Amino acid sequence: MFPANFEYFRAASVEEAVALLHRHKDAKVLAGGHSLLPIMKLRLAEPAALIDIGHIHILKGISHHRNGIRIGALTTHATIARSEVLQRECSLLSDAAAHIGDPQVRNKGTIGGNIAHADPASDLPAVLLALGARIQMAGPAGDRTVAASDFFTDLLETELREDEVLTAVDVPAIAESAGASYLKFEHPASGYAICGAAAVVDMDGGSCRSASLAFNGVTAIPHHAVAVGDALAGSDISDEAIAAAIEANLRIEEPLGDIQASGEYRVELAKVYGRRALQQARDRARS
Amino acid sequence: MSGVIGTSVKRREDAALLIGKGKYCDDFTLPNMTHAVIVRSPYGHARINSVLTTEAAEHPGVIAVFTGRDVVNSDIGGVVPTGWLLPGIKTPEHPILATDTVRYAGDGVAVVVAEDRYIARDAAELVEVDYEPLDAVTDVLAAVADGAPQLFEEAPGNISFDWDLGDAEATAAAFDRAAHTVEVDLRNNRLIPHAVEPRGCLASFDDTSGELTLYVTTQNPHLHRLLMSLASLNLPEHKMRIIAPEVGGGFGSKIHHYPDEAIASFCSMQIGRPVKWIATRSETNLTDAHGRDHASHAEIALDAQGKILGLRVKTHAAMGAYLSTFAPAVPTYLYGTLLSGQYDIPAIHVQTLGVFTNTSPVDAYRGAGRPEATFVVERLIDMAADATGLSVVEIRRRNFVSKDDFPYQTAVALAYDSGNYDGAMDRALELSGYEALRAEQKRRREAGDTKLMGIGISSFIEACGLAPSQVVGALGAQAGLYESGKVRVHPTGSVTVYTGSSAHGQGHETTFAQVVADRLSIDVDQVEVVHGDTGEVPFGMGTYGSRSAAVGGSAISTALDKVIAKSRKIAAHMLEASEDDVVFEDNAFHVRGVPSKSQGWGDVVLAAYLAHNLPEGLEPGLEETSFYNPENFTYPFGTHICVVEIDSETGAVELQRYVAVDDVGNVINPMIVDGQVHGGLAQGIGQALWEHAVYSDDGQLLSGTLLDYAVPRAHNLPFFETDRTVTPCPHNPLGVKGVGEAGSIASPATVTNAVVDALSPYGVKHMDMPLTPEKIWRAIHRNGG
Ligand SMILES: Cc1cc2nc3c(=O)[nH]c(=O)nc-3n(C[C@H](O)[C@H](O)[C@H](O)COP(=O)(O)OP(=O)(O)OC[C@H]3O[C@@H](n4cnc5c(N)ncnc54)[C@H](O)[C@@H]3O)c2cc1C
Repeated sequence: MFPANFEYFRAASVEEAVALLHRHKDAKVLAGGHSLLPIMKLRLAEPAALIDIGHIHILKGISHHRNGIRIGALTTHATIARSEVLQRECSLLSDAAAHIGDPQVRNKGTIGGNIAHADPASDLPAVLLALGARIQMAGPAGDRTVAASDFFTDLLETELREDEVLTAVDVPAIAESAGASYLKFEHPASGYAICGAAAVVDMDGGSCRSASLAFNGVTAIPHHAVAVGDALAGSDISDEAIAAAIEANLRIEEPLGDIQASGEYRVELAKVYGRRALQQARDRARS
Repeated sequence: MSGVIGTSVKRREDAALLIGKGKYCDDFTLPNMTHAVIVRSPYGHARINSVLTTEAAEHPGVIAVFTGRDVVNSDIGGVVPTGWLLPGIKTPEHPILATDTVRYAGDGVAVVVAEDRYIARDAAELVEVDYEPLDAVTDVLAAVADGAPQLFEEAPGNISFDWDLGDAEATAAAFDRAAHTVEVDLRNNRLIPHAVEPRGCLASFDDTSGELTLYVTTQNPHLHRLLMSLASLNLPEHKMRIIAPEVGGGFGSKIHHYPDEAIASFCSMQIGRPVKWIATRSETNLTDAHGRDHASHAEIALDAQGKILGLRVKTHAAMGAYLSTFAPAVPTYLYGTLLSGQYDIPAIHVQTLGVFTNTSPVDAYRGAGRPEATFVVERLIDMAADATGLSVVEIRRRNFVSKDDFPYQTAVALAYDSGNYDGAMDRALELSGYEALRAEQKRRREAGDTKLMGIGISSFIEACGLAPSQVVGALGAQAGLYESGKVRVHPTGSVTVYTGSSAHGQGHETTFAQVVADRLSIDVDQVEVVHGDTGEVPFGMGTYGSRSAAVGGSAISTALDKVIAKSRKIAAHMLEASEDDVVFEDNAFHVRGVPSKSQGWGDVVLAAYLAHNLPEGLEPGLEETSFYNPENFTYPFGTHICVVEIDSETGAVELQRYVAVDDVGNVINPMIVDGQVHGGLAQGIGQALWEHAVYSDDGQLLSGTLLDYAVPRAHNLPFFETDRTVTPCPHNPLGVKGVGEAGSIASPATVTNAVVDALSPYGVKHMDMPLTPEKIWRAIHRNGG
């Protein structure tokens, strides 16, 4: 496990990181290193330079913000899982973060790195889609924001340009009247999601005000099952309604498949896990 | 202390390991040391047109680059041999570095030696190999099909050997008169061993003395020395010292002589500096000998009462690209001989074909042949229960070799020395609450529970304590399988023991010290156990096949007999008594019937070393060696029961309970025995549910990393419920049988039987491992579920 040679720079600020990225072709941002370093050790990636952003403190932490809750890109999964603010106001994210890897991975891995890497089997992308999160980025031309639903563009590819740094993720607080659930069917080897289902259900008395369902692991980019949510809005969101909404509206094209789980099977899992996540979210909203 | 056998003395090896002070191969550094990286074939099968090394050799920091041609042009042997021959076996040469053809992804073609590992790794990428890819074949049945790509000209049809055992005619006759017959095609999935420490070595050749010192991850340093001396290096044995430092697990994968330690030694001999080679995790997965990989057609014949009349098995066993050290023995003498299981089966016939495939070699892996045999037998028994309408318990009971029928000669060569199969099954049934489990299952099925409950049972036998040397010699082993033990009593009475078995996690340093302390009535702390160094220990065969306690422990025990006999002579002389009247008890020699006359152990030992007044003709000193050659194999057995629950919507299996009742004979250290059972169970359950080494048709290992290959973790497993019955081995001095493999032998069948039981309402009769959720989901939903 010996990576190829690379240059190493430690950025003191976001501006410096952006400048370094701009100056060095083939450079990569280094955050927690838990996705990047393994592939470098296998020499599947051989960046010419690493720009270490680990010491830019302003990128760490969770705070309230006008659009809800802002989570700095360098915030670790462990911090997110333990955050009282998130547990109270956006438990979907803290629950999902608690499902990532093992304690070492959660202590080092960051939310920014997780979504910048855009591994289809990661846990956070679907959660951010289901929540309607927004991604903040800084580049040579200034800051910009994209919706999570536009961020993921292909397998391991995102909106992020080569000289941009992901700075924060904004998530809305989940309404008092809503419940959420993240259920994960784990790969027995990697522990990543073969199928992860994230659901948010907002209730208005006995009927469903809105529902949002998204999946990890099933397709190259996380799948937001918008039509399923739309079909449930206004319904009584009974078990039967959920099953019917999924049967009629869950359309997954080009599922991923590997030696562990075929595409056909993943689609089946999405139906089962999608249903169960919606049921659990509904029950949590009622309780 | 007498009475220390049978107590859970804490493992004395753990403290150093737990605080990171264990020294493994990679922890050794020698002055002037260099680092090797082996350039390996990315293809499953290819011709090598050329290997260009100039650019790599000129890379700053590179000391040398060698190819297969350089090995051929040197005066070393340059090939790794097979240690077990069968009649008519084809043993194509296995060069340590390929010259013309590579036969699996991972086959070595060149080696780069450099000042550090980063440089060596960078330069390895500069070695230009011109490959011409050839068609590959990785599946064991595809390899014997017409038109399959051929690995070796001298092995037509990719067949290395065609072996059989048992009486074909009698077996055919049994099938002719059977009331019930059942047949099944089954696979035993290929596994990657995954020792925590990857393989590695550090070779240091002293060109003034001509001596080679080799630190290597081995389970058997003397065997390595022998094979390297005879075949790969051609150095004389007395000029080779092989050291197994701490070895981080092996499970069989570190028995074998691999090209790599010969390559590192060759490099050191060429450049006159120490050379270290340590496999990366991916490299060790790619090149370690894998386990299992059988395709079998198996049949069983029964009479109307469910009594087994005959068993017939034809197995294609993958050998991989070359024959590894013990590879030919594993699917033959360690497999075919076990097909009688715990049952009285009058006629058995087994045929095994050893088949070359474009994969890493296949060799012994925890259980080695016996899990494969148990899987065949215990699946057939369950299927026979289904066919005859007997319960899975009743059919076993009807066919068990009865307690009174030992010694029992099987139809496949083994003579079981002892056993009580009903006893172990009864205990397992009781411990699991079997009747209540069946009642719960019935209730839940009737209620239409979507969580499918399954109960699995497996009654297994194994043959371990390898092995009577005459027997294995007659069967093709190119070595004896006795073990050495040397007991050196120091003048002040403490003891150093040298054992030829070579621990790599099993706890020899603790259990062997218990054996000595118990016999001499001294404190365990007065005993040091030395192993794993050909420079210190008498020639021995190492640790595998659950042999260490039964053979290595017995060697120490017989050496202790000699020590006690000699010291008794000295004591008798000191006590002025006849030797016959002197007994050794509680750390002292007593004159029988004269309680006042005794000599303490310490005084006698000191007298042996002072030699001021020894009996006429007796040499000074107190040190004895024994080479213990066992009379027979040992035959541990047991019954395991487990409970699974399957999510019918996803096919996911949850293992809820696992009950293991083992009979491993006398127990030296119960905690260590439990630990071995737990580890073995984890491995066997891993095989049943998760583990699978998968190759693409063109020879790429698709499950080469821990991202894809699922090794069981603690949180995947229930708390194991273990118990024992004790039927001592009748033919070794300790009455021990061996426990290292039992868990991995019994559990694949136990878990598979449980899953098939859970799925029986869907008409499932058999399913191959690993029992992945998708496979199960397909079985459930095959008919619209
Ligand atoms: C054993 C193991 C198990 C794991 N299990 C899971 C799991 O179950 N679920 C799961 O979701 N994940 C899992 N992971 C991945 C883990 O969550 C990673 O930490 C995460 O994917 C990457 O975060 P990081 O901070 O380590 O990023 P790094 O590895 O440092 O970087 C990853 C990529 O993102 C880029 N990048 C990082 N930060 C930024 C930024 N701020 N701006 C721009 N680009 C950036 C890097 O350049 C690189 O390309 C596992 C990892 C390991 C090693």
